[in-house]
Amino acid sequence: MDDKIRQYFEENFKEAMVRQDTFRDQLSLYIRKEFLVDICRDLKDNDEFRFELLADICSLDWLGQADKTEGRFEVVYNLYSIKHRYRLLLKVRLPGENPEIDTLTNLWQTANWLEREVFDLMGIHFTGHPDLSKIVTPDDLEGHPLRKDFPLTYEVPQFSWNKNDPPEVIR
Amino acid sequence: MNTAAKPRRTMNLNLGPQHPATHGVLRVELELDGETVVKATPHIGFLHTGIEKTAESKLYYKVIPMTDRMDYLAPMSNNLGYCLAVEKLLGIDVPEKVKYARVCLTELTRVMSHLVWIGTHALDLGAMSMLLYAFRERELIIDLYEACAGQRMMTTYFRVGGLAYDLPKDFDKRVKDILQKVPPGIRDYERLLNNNKIFRQRTIGVARISAEDAINCGLTGPSLRGSGVNYDVRRANSYCGYEKFNFQVPLGKNGDVYDRYLVRVEEMKQSLNIARQALEGMPEGPYRAHVPGVVLPPKEDVLSKMESLIFHFKIITEGFHPPKGAVYQAIEAPKGELGYYISSDGSAKPHRMRVRPPSFVNLSALPKMVEGGMVADVIAAIGSIDIVLGEVDR
Amino acid sequence: MGLEEKIPDGVMLTSLDKMVNWARKRSMWPLGMGLACCAIEMISTFASHYDLARFGMEIMRPSPRQADLIIVSGRLSVKMAPVLKRLYDQMPNPKYVISMGACASCGGVFNNYAIVQGVDKVLPVDIYVPGCPPRPEQLIEGVLKLFEKVERESLKNKAN
Repeated sequence: MDDKIRQYFEENFKEAMVRQDTFRDQLSLYIRKEFLVDICRDLKDNDEFRFELLADICSLDWLGQADKTEGRFEVVYNLYSIKHRYRLLLKVRLPGENPEIDTLTNLWQTANWLEREVFDLMGIHFTGHPDLSKIVTPDDLEGHPLRKDFPLTYEVPQFSWNKNDPPEVIR
Repeated sequence: MNTAAKPRRTMNLNLGPQHPATHGVLRVELELDGETVVKATPHIGFLHTGIEKTAESKLYYKVIPMTDRMDYLAPMSNNLGYCLAVEKLLGIDVPEKVKYARVCLTELTRVMSHLVWIGTHALDLGAMSMLLYAFRERELIIDLYEACAGQRMMTTYFRVGGLAYDLPKDFDKRVKDILQKVPPGIRDYERLLNNNKIFRQRTIGVARISAEDAINCGLTGPSLRGSGVNYDVRRANSYCGYEKFNFQVPLGKNGDVYDRYLVRVEEMKQSLNIARQALEGMPEGPYRAHVPGVVLPPKEDVLSKMESLIFHFKIITEGFHPPKGAVYQAIEAPKGELGYYISSDGSAKPHRMRVRPPSFVNLSALPKMVEGGMVADVIAAIGSIDIVLGEVDR
Repeated sequence: MGLEEKIPDGVMLTSLDKMVNWARKRSMWPLGMGLACCAIEMISTFASHYDLARFGMEIMRPSPRQADLIIVSGRLSVKMAPVLKRLYDQMPNPKYVISMGACASCGGVFNNYAIVQGVDKVLPVDIYVPGCPPRPEQLIEGVLKLFEKVERESLKNKAN
């Protein structure tokens, strides 16, 4: 099944692929963001593959590691085909300022909440999403917590030697 | 009478964060036209803990207690998923005894989670005594947990490369005891609820979802199998030795609340079956893999041999360094497909630990199930999806 | 029987404080404020193995207007804190707070942007029960200590 996917991409989407990777028996394809919706629609409707289940949308922040060459953010789409019992990871790299990508809510309803969570925690904007708003963090929290430059906000616990001082928050 | 005279006004009802039947802190905003639900919007985030962010600042084995506290009704399942993901990242293999022990305990965890589900679901629908019966059976399994790991609920029993401690000496006897006492309890529940007129009227035909809609909304687990789709991660992409065990995957037909209930009750029986097979086939052997530098050596060796002491010190203070790359490992948790996506950049702390929460994705299908039905069916629907807010918000 | 032997001719002398405290502590109705994992241990304590109804907490009231005791069980996140304060304000006096578990008492395992480090930043707490999650016996011990505290109260001095 790996080879069928690779061949299909070679024939139809050659200009969309940046590179491909196989780590621990899992094929992941790095693609360009402009071709995302077309590729996903093809993979979902094509009778040979039938990737009907969008399992997960994950976002990573590569600040300080590869962001100059490839882009700071990475979004991983986890597609699964129930018929073939096969999983495929599609990865897209996005730049650091104003990261934007097209939404997949027209293809899968799952993408609605998953994309909202990625927006809330990482700050990646999804164009065309019906209702892109905060979902898990409190309404008054500014910023995007999962980014590497957002501090953990560790509060020093109160022991007997500092119990009379106000709580100190390390940002 | 001119029917287009006045538009009907809808009423907004708030099923607030503190509610006896929402299984935690979930807020559902309902727009009602009389008693019919026109629109339902769940609001979540009242239990957001920032586990994914905290996991980036801890060593790999220090994250294991945090994973316990996500789906707190089935703690060993979460541990299993994380440990399998890290073992896949490192590329190490565990001994056979560890696989069998993990399967046995995970299946008993599934029974435990479904017991809490059936107790609270029946309580919501009016059968109050079910809660007490379900918790009576649950105490037996919790006793086993306490004998294995010392803790009633958040056990943290699985480690990268094996188990935390060896299985207790009377593990066989305790599991046989459970396998003898829990099936009569399940038969009791079936006798109480299966042909109960009130239960049937409240659940048959309620919150129906078709198979295509279910897959499109991302449902997994018993909620998906209640609609007739045969997708079980234990069968599809086997992990931890599940291909050796003989079990059936129950499927529903209609996709309503009653079918999901039947699927889960049947799953409990199959889980006890798997636990029996795992217990009978368990070989002797070490309870941790021997991978120096990565897996902590057993305590007896640490106190007697020099290299084990050095490795133990190094692993505890510095941690191990997995190769660069990212893995995704999915397991069949009691709620659905629980997935861990762990990305490593070569350092001792995970670069990104992402949990694919089954309850979060299942809950996003709630509006589709509920719109067009009555208000009282919202409670039945929330109970049948079986959500755990700790996992939804993480 | 028991009481009649001690009362000659049906007259009993006691102080109002003792009577009121005895009535209050033996029929305290908790509010079901189950937030996270500790809530499951709280439900276990109410179930039949470790029965909490024998101490007078027969029913868990869903509405704050009818409850005396709020057992905050589980981690309190920043989004939930105003809701908890509003629930506490809705409870009629006299009201008591038990903070159950490590996350409610001091933030527990989680020390980050999303968890309030201790319920006592939001509510005045009477009893802290440590544990992660506390065993049902520990919770029962906490409840009994609360009863001892209620016994020592006086109608004159209770700051309400």
